Amino acid sequence: MTKASTALLEVTHLVTQFHTPHGMVRAVDGVSFSVQRGQTLGIVGESGSGKSVLARTIIGILANDGSPTTTGGIAFEGRDLLKLSEPEMRDVRGKDIAMVFQDPTSSLNPVKRIGAQIGEVLTRHLGLRCRAAEARSVELLASVGIPLPAERLHQYPHQLSGGMRQRVAIAIAIACEPKLLIADEPTTALDVTIQAQILDLLRRLQRAHNMAMILISHDLGVVAEHTDVVAVMYGGQMVERASTRSLFHSCRMPYTQALIRSAPSLPDPPHTRLRAISGRPPDMLHPPIGCRFNPRCDRATDVCRADQPALSPSDADGAHLYACWHPVGAGEVLP
Amino acid sequence: MTHYFLRKLLRLILILLLVTAVTFLLSNLLPGDVVLALLGNEATPAAIAQVRTELGLDQPLVLRYLHWLIGFIHGELGRSYITQVPILESIIDRLPVTIELVLLSQGFALLLAVPAGVLCAYKVGSRLDQLISTAALFFLAAPVFITAIMLMFLFALELRWLPSTGYVPFMTGPLSNLAHLALPALAIGLSEWPPLFSVLRADMIKTLQQDYIALARAKGLGPAFILLRHALRPSSFTLVTISGLQIAAAIVGALVVETIFGLPGVGRMLTGAVYNRDMMLIQGCVALISVGYVLINFGVDLIYALLDPRIRDEYGR
Amino acid sequence: MSTAADGQAQATAPASGAASPPLARHRLGPRFWIPIGWTTMVVVLAATANLLPLHSPIETDFTVISNWPDATHWFGTDQLGRDIFSRSVFGARISLIVGLLAPAFGLGVGIFLGMAAGYFRGRTESIIVAAMDAIMAFPGILIALAVTAYVGANIAILIFLLGFLTIPAFMRVARANTLVFGQREFVLAARAMGATHRRVLALEILPNVAIPMLIYALLMVSRIIVTEGVLSFLGLSVPPPQPTWGNMIADGQADLATLPYIPFIPSALMFLTVLSINLIGERLRARTDFRGGAL
Repeated sequence: MTKASTALLEVTHLVTQFHTPHGMVRAVDGVSFSVQRGQTLGIVGESGSGKSVLARTIIGILANDGSPTTTGGIAFEGRDLLKLSEPEMRDVRGKDIAMVFQDPTSSLNPVKRIGAQIGEVLTRHLGLRCRAAEARSVELLASVGIPLPAERLHQYPHQLSGGMRQRVAIAIAIACEPKLLIADEPTTALDVTIQAQILDLLRRLQRAHNMAMILISHDLGVVAEHTDVVAVMYGGQMVERASTRSLFHSCRMPYTQALIRSAPSLPDPPHTRLRAISGRPPDMLHPPIGCRFNPRCDRATDVCRADQPALSPSDADGAHLYACWHPVGAGEVLP
Repeated sequence: MTHYFLRKLLRLILILLLVTAVTFLLSNLLPGDVVLALLGNEATPAAIAQVRTELGLDQPLVLRYLHWLIGFIHGELGRSYITQVPILESIIDRLPVTIELVLLSQGFALLLAVPAGVLCAYKVGSRLDQLISTAALFFLAAPVFITAIMLMFLFALELRWLPSTGYVPFMTGPLSNLAHLALPALAIGLSEWPPLFSVLRADMIKTLQQDYIALARAKGLGPAFILLRHALRPSSFTLVTISGLQIAAAIVGALVVETIFGLPGVGRMLTGAVYNRDMMLIQGCVALISVGYVLINFGVDLIYALLDPRIRDEYGR
Repeated sequence: MSTAADGQAQATAPASGAASPPLARHRLGPRFWIPIGWTTMVVVLAATANLLPLHSPIETDFTVISNWPDATHWFGTDQLGRDIFSRSVFGARISLIVGLLAPAFGLGVGIFLGMAAGYFRGRTESIIVAAMDAIMAFPGILIALAVTAYVGANIAILIFLLGFLTIPAFMRVARANTLVFGQREFVLAARAMGATHRRVLALEILPNVAIPMLIYALLMVSRIIVTEGVLSFLGLSVPPPQPTWGNMIADGQADLATLPYIPFIPSALMFLTVLSINLIGERLRARTDFRGGAL
């Protein structure tokens, strides 16, 4: 694509496969996309669509016991991350690329104090020690909106509420001012009221540091409001990618349409039936032949069951990519 | 925290009373008349009666127990009937040897178990893991007296690197002291490391799957740092919980190993007392060691509560 | 466009990767059958000891003192001219008899107490657990030592004593398993159909608790064999001239430098037997672990 050379992150035909006792699973199957500086890419999909594996592949923290293998290209600021040695990659993690996990209760070490958990990133990448690290930690906690930050340093995670813990996790992530933040379902484990606060916080931090973000979620509402570009994943593949506006306004892929439709909407009359997507997510050991969504799609024809559609641009908007033989019509606007 | 502590203290006292009572009862209720054993079958009834009164054996059981218990608390354990030396004195004389032995052996066991457990958890399923796990299985099957004899044969008698028996106090000659204790401590350590290793490895494997370990990796921290500073502490709690079993094993180990290697510790004194049928000595030793055992376990419980901030705060509220 | 085709495959993942396939684990391999073979041989020999054409285990023969193993004396003779092979076989009897009967006793009492505690809960449970805690507060070996010192040792006392000391452990396992199963629906269903407590315990809970208990009992067997070994090493088990592996090792200790085979042979026998039982127990446990395989 056009802006390839200036993209912060350029992922090319990424494949991550796991060797399980029952066979090979391609959790991420030929995914390509790019993220610009300061841009927010949203990734949506059902559980098992490969979103989390994709995130962990980019930052490189898949299990190190040899069972997952990755091919393809992950170019970050021009360097191919897959070609880096592990020590080199460790320099990147936490400093240039950072990650926030879904459940702050389990992603913070329960027996280590908050101060230590923030401090170790500062020490590792910025060489700050003791006083300097402590001071900076207090600043960070304040910047993510935690009251009485100096006291928090000495506390343990279980002494904080869920929302505060996630703020701490965010503080840890932005401590070294990374260029890319990967947020894997950062609000799923939190109360709805806290969700909005956290997302706004992330947005604020992004603007302040010109930080790019990959926001992974299964919640379309979250994605609709807080992203610039959205990619839809299904069965390990990327099936649609467009600017957020374009996607929600005129999506092409039936799966995306079904997703958007399935969310309950306020103006609906009471007792409106929820429009669930029939069927179940594909078995990744033996994925369906052809388009992976075909067993559940009501537009499926023989060609869908035989050949996989490629990601191709929409006529209306060249930047809107989708993979479908029978896309939702360009003019079809969603109710 | 105080409420937790008080409850535990009460329980401790009850157990201590129970332990001392049982120990006392054992030596006084079981068949085998002490007096006859001492004086032989030829003794006259008068002599028997006299010794009975001397030893206070004609008083009611409960009174005798209380009498003994009070004496016990004051450190008066009686005298060995064979040597006439006050029991408490004998024990105190020999205690340093046994304590040094036990400390060294626990040190060996941890030195073997902890690195092995951490490494094997980190590299689960690898050749190294399989090798070490098999070794643990083998050592688990080797009772301490067999290990002790093997070590003595190999290092003391064949290779002559270390002395086979005897003891030198630390103050007299530190190097010689360690040389004499090396094999005995190693024998106990080799029989104690498998359960420690196994438990630590299992716990570590679970810990390493936690999200916070993934986050630690995402921070760019190195494997050594993560293993030691993030994973080890949460995984070490189970080590503490099986320490009760370990202490019991250490007692057995001390008994056996001091006898084999001729160390002048409490263990050997006890086995000697058994051989000589020195009832008073047996009673005093068993009582003291049992009380020590209970106290150490209590201490371990406390440490456990202190180590885990979650327990501490739960009871603190 | 098909999904395959990655020309640039990186370093291929090893075929026999990290964890062995869980299905294969369920097959009882040589790690199971070899120990079974050894254990069976020991048991058979020990059981038929009286019928076998062995030298006498207790008769001394000063013409053949301290002979290294040869054709007439397969394991050699000890310092008193006694045949070590036959002593080993007769010694195995003691180890096995105590090793099997003591845990059996502990199992019988423990399973009863554990099921009662886990099923009835409340006061019953508190009392039983407290009692077990009290027993476990003692270092068992010292009690065994004291009792055998005061009373003298014979097989019955040993079996009772060592068995008694295993009761808390069995109680724990039985209770834990009862707690798990006691909440399951088939128990509630049985109660709803009017089954008495006794029926439920016997027909619903017991079968489920029995298997883990038996496997645990197997591991106890090896532990008791070791404990009896320690006691007889210290001279606290069945008195001479009855040979036990432990006292044979103790006897051999004196001439460790010159006649190493005397302690080594019973040591090896005990080691192999204990190892075999542990391996068998491990294999069975891995196979029947309903909570899902280990990592």
